[in-house]
Amino acid sequence: MPRPFLPGQAAGLPRPRLAARDATAEAVAGIVQRPGRAALTMLGTVLGVGAFVAVLGMTATGAGQISRQFTVLQDTTVTVQDNGPANDVAPPGANPPVGFPADADAVARRINGVTAAGVWWPVALPQGTTFTGSLALSAPASQTTDLLAASPGAVQAMGLRMTAGSPLTAYENDTSQHVAMIDTATAAALGISPARLASRPAVFVDGIAYTVVGVYSSAQRVVTNESAMLIPETTALADFGNPQPGIGNQNEAQMVVATRIGAAQAVARQLAAAELPADPGRLVVTSPPNPQNLQSEVSGDLAGLFLILALVSLFIGAVGIANTTLVAVLERTEEIGLRRAVGARPRHIAVQFLAESTALGTLGGLIGTCIGVGTVVIFAAAKDWTAVLNPAYTLPAPLIGSVVGLLAGAYPALRAARTSPLAALRHA
Amino acid sequence: MAVHITGRIAGPVIELRGLARTYPGPPPVPALRPADLVIEAGDYVAVTGPSGSGKSTLLHLLGLLDAPTEGSYLLDGLDTSALRDRDRSALRGRRIGFVFQAFHLLPYRTALENVLLAGLYNQTSRGDRIRAAAGALDAVGLGHRLDALPTTLSGGECQRVAIARALVNRPSLLLCDEPTGNLDSRNAAALMELLDQLNAAGFTIVVITHDVQVAAHARRAVDISDGVLSERREASHA
Repeated sequence: MPRPFLPGQAAGLPRPRLAARDATAEAVAGIVQRPGRAALTMLGTVLGVGAFVAVLGMTATGAGQISRQFTVLQDTTVTVQDNGPANDVAPPGANPPVGFPADADAVARRINGVTAAGVWWPVALPQGTTFTGSLALSAPASQTTDLLAASPGAVQAMGLRMTAGSPLTAYENDTSQHVAMIDTATAAALGISPARLASRPAVFVDGIAYTVVGVYSSAQRVVTNESAMLIPETTALADFGNPQPGIGNQNEAQMVVATRIGAAQAVARQLAAAELPADPGRLVVTSPPNPQNLQSEVSGDLAGLFLILALVSLFIGAVGIANTTLVAVLERTEEIGLRRAVGARPRHIAVQFLAESTALGTLGGLIGTCIGVGTVVIFAAAKDWTAVLNPAYTLPAPLIGSVVGLLAGAYPALRAARTSPLAALRHA
Repeated sequence: MAVHITGRIAGPVIELRGLARTYPGPPPVPALRPADLVIEAGDYVAVTGPSGSGKSTLLHLLGLLDAPTEGSYLLDGLDTSALRDRDRSALRGRRIGFVFQAFHLLPYRTALENVLLAGLYNQTSRGDRIRAAAGALDAVGLGHRLDALPTTLSGGECQRVAIARALVNRPSLLLCDEPTGNLDSRNAAALMELLDQLNAAGFTIVVITHDVQVAAHARRAVDISDGVLSERREASHA
């Protein structure tokens, strides 16, 4: 039986209240009832959050890939410098012998984990030395090319990608042949066509002719950036004398060692003692500098640009939600009036519309995150890379949608709360 | 059809003391001039008058949708003019059941969900609300159409859903605004019969109408003309 209402009972009325669960249910009902409109409304948020996740994911994936390459190289490279006593007294032509033993390449190769190793040094040329091509060639231009002395092991460890001819051989080194390898840029500057190596073109350095036996396009180590001409170690000793020992001379003898992945540390620990058992302190074993800083700067610029795009999408998404919610408020004035008539306070009306826009934003954020993650995975798969997704950005990404929805719903919710129940009920 | 829901039994439900409403101008429009009216529990009152006479103004004041500019309005002995908005909302939600001419059903919600809306803000559990809503729909003869959408219901059925929604909180006052305005004569007659039964079960009913046949069902008739309220008839039960 219903409870009877008696006068006086009205005092101490319980306040009207909208439970969080009911508000959520009402919001979900509001969205589910108009799925087409909800989908269109969410589109901006979906795109914005999707772009956000995809950009961060692809940047991280790309950066991960770059750093993986750097790391592989770093993990497989050991360099050694001859820090022997500097020649301060003797005339320049009378430098002491190279600190590395004559069989330095072979000694290093015997260390477990070493794939290639060899001694090289930049040859100190007198001021004004010119590099010229054979007289038969059309471009006798001199240019900024480094002349490097390199043992066959060093040439191998440099990891040159040949475009024509062959690398310097042990025979050429043992017999001090006047042969050379040059990079494609130098070849082009000197008018040497890689296709015509069979005609034995020569490069003249300080009047000495070197027959070009190989042209390389790129290198993994040592000669990665600059134009360089490589000649056999023994030929350099014969033509230009010993290099100046001591780090800081710019042309001290060095050793480049290529190792298997992960072996570099172990190799580095053994190298000095293996090469110079009597004076291991003369050799300074080092790892190359970390290139990661450079890489993160480059990717940072790009990511910033794309993040601005993502923000623009989010803004458009917010405007979309705000607009649709506002239209919904105007369209549903009758419903607002009815809710007021059955006891809703203005704040309950506001909460309902806010909950709807927030739910829309959250749903858009969730879908956008899924699309973003999918994009990154497909992008990585297509490039045969490893997808990198930072959970710190990816997991809270749907909340961006929630915030967008909440902000976008604020004004329409306020409008809804201010709707007079009288006007609303007269509406129909 | 059996109506099992009963209303309150004793004491005046409504007491108007010099209640007036003037809309601010310029020029100010006195939509309702100072009026005194007592409606006892179990009364069935028809408020009649031509368009623009002040019927709607009185309805809004009685329904706590609007506030008077003068006088006082006691609902269940409680002076509503002293109440804050949240208490007025609470009173509206618990003590007043509205039946509108346009039904005001949410088109995407089922009959049951539409009735559930009436208890949404009343701090009652969803289970209790569902039981009460199903009971109210049963009481108006729609117990078999709980899951029907308003678009699949006839006008008469829609108005019954609206009455179920008005009844579900067992209000002190059932406030009907032209309840048959959108119904054909057969449905209108059935609806008036339902209101008669509800009144017989103890509900206090105020019907605002310009339809003399509807007004004839009421035991009391109050006329309103140019904002002036006058008791026309204290009729015996029709």
